Amino acid sequence: MTLPMAQSVAAPVRTDSLLSIREVVKRFGTRPVLRSISLEVASGEFLTILGESGSGKTTLLRLIAGFEQLDGGEIWISGERLDQIPPHRRPVNTVFQSYALFPHLNVFDNVAYGLRAKNIAKTEIPNRVAQALDMVKMSEYARSSPARLSGGQQQRVALARALVNRPRVLLLDEPLSALDANLRRQMQIELKALQREVGITFIFVTHDQEEAMALSDRIALLRSGFLEQIAGPREIYGRPASAYVAQFVGQTNLLRADVQDGLARAGPLRWRTAETSKDVVFSLRPECIRLVTPAAPLQPADDSIARFRARILNQTFGGAMDTLELDCGSSQSLRARIASPGTLSGEHEFEFRASDAIAVRDEESS
Amino acid sequence: MYSRAYKSAVTIPPLLWVTAFLLVPYALLFCCSFWSVSPQQTIIHNWNLQNYLQLIRNPIYLSVLFRSMRIAGAVTLLALLLGYPLAYFLSFHAAKRKDLLYQLVIIPLWASYLVRGYAWKTILGSDGVLNGLLQYLHITRHPVEFFLYSPFAVVLTLTHIYTPFTFLPIYASLEHVPRNLVEASHDLGASPWSTFRRVILPLSLPGVLAGATFAFVLTLGDFLAPLLVGGASGIMISNIVVSLFGAAYNWPLGAAISLCMLLLVLSLLFATERLERKLTLS
Repeated sequence: MTLPMAQSVAAPVRTDSLLSIREVVKRFGTRPVLRSISLEVASGEFLTILGESGSGKTTLLRLIAGFEQLDGGEIWISGERLDQIPPHRRPVNTVFQSYALFPHLNVFDNVAYGLRAKNIAKTEIPNRVAQALDMVKMSEYARSSPARLSGGQQQRVALARALVNRPRVLLLDEPLSALDANLRRQMQIELKALQREVGITFIFVTHDQEEAMALSDRIALLRSGFLEQIAGPREIYGRPASAYVAQFVGQTNLLRADVQDGLARAGPLRWRTAETSKDVVFSLRPECIRLVTPAAPLQPADDSIARFRARILNQTFGGAMDTLELDCGSSQSLRARIASPGTLSGEHEFEFRASDAIAVRDEESS
Repeated sequence: MYSRAYKSAVTIPPLLWVTAFLLVPYALLFCCSFWSVSPQQTIIHNWNLQNYLQLIRNPIYLSVLFRSMRIAGAVTLLALLLGYPLAYFLSFHAAKRKDLLYQLVIIPLWASYLVRGYAWKTILGSDGVLNGLLQYLHITRHPVEFFLYSPFAVVLTLTHIYTPFTFLPIYASLEHVPRNLVEASHDLGASPWSTFRRVILPLSLPGVLAGATFAFVLTLGDFLAPLLVGGASGIMISNIVVSLFGAAYNWPLGAAISLCMLLLVLSLLFATERLERKLTLS
């Protein structure tokens, strides 16, 4: 296995960079959790740290908050060294996964906690708390005990409690994972709207790739302590840097192709490519495969469209889109997602554009 | 859910036990407190309030009761002052040594009460370890008498004996403080001291209350420590009860004192339970 290129995939330093994470290393005992992570977070950005459990995403967040100490590297915030400041003096606030509301304080006192800790003028506190509660639509619950609130309401209070301090960066540790699916979608929309409204930089940790794509300006995908790719949702989906990214973000077909003279071959499939190396892995999204209708034009001679016949092994109805399992022969199978064509069976002709087959780095095969 | 036979089998034995060995004796004690003793040293069953009136009229009983409460208060305070920091350190900062230190606190509980009482007698006596050391170091010339057979000795001994009882509920309540609340407090800008004062301490108050109740109630009813190290000036209310039921042979008066003590302790438990419920609910 070759080393994933942690440094090389880091985004170039942006001029509007607010938070700068530089070659950060963290070990628990002898077990490395983060191995040289570098990334820049822009002011006002919604950055999602995406990864499966154990990828180090929560550890990275806890390092920024100051709950863990670095074993290497530096964290800077607008030209100031952040990692040497104790957590209670950092200009960042956290929304915890389990909300961590103080059970002995009511909603108002929970939200006022940070203001009181920072000795904000007593006369100013009620106004700012009221504003924050209003922002998350929880004004009428100011006197309630957190224990009496539903999960979604506790979530809102936790947001207000963090945002009332006007942090430079808001850290959110899987804040929606405890909510049921419907509430979760609703909170996603509200969260995104809230972030636009307050203009505060959000760093959002999740293992849910759909959530990441729905919310983020950029996604940083972590994999066992390495930064696999950092890019906007459309780019990370459309141009995944590695086979891992392609599989983790959405579904994909991985085609192990033999490239010769600008032509890639995988089983009976062949298409034009600009790749020059011999063995290349391509990612082909299921929705890029189309059913060829009798009305379709003839296949162009330049292999810019790959056409093939395939047997339908399985068809799963999915409402607007059906999922097809295709057998193309030569033990090459594909998954296709196409607008509901009615029930299909037997052999049909399919096609995809050569430009939709994206060459990806694949450390397992090399 | 459960059969009638099963329910009877699990509830009746303990009920019988409590009735035979707790409720009946209390009823007897209650009756006895209204009887009196004849000049011939026999208990006569003429119902009257003499015993209770005597408790109020004779200043010796009230003064010993107040002394017992002062000693119990002092032991409670010292046990909290020793137990809380220890529990806090173990729960938040001991890391890997937690289990070992916990055992070290618990182990003294395995030693017999009497052994610990006698140990203090050996340490505090006029030819004891402490006086020996003081004289060896030429700090004192003659043995210091007030170390032993004084309220001081009683407080010291009982603090040693009951501090683990105070420590345990405090430790349990501190262990139950969610650590993400501590992190949330730091995250919101509260310093470690402010976090202790505004999050950890309020959330551990039920444990403090339980620990304080243990120390106070157990000390108030103690009669062995005053007997071993208390001397004449360290006598506590339970010693009077013991002598009334023994050498003095005045069971009715002893019963009356016992009932007053019982009422005092019960109202204390009732009050602390109310307070604890209020603390945990708010």
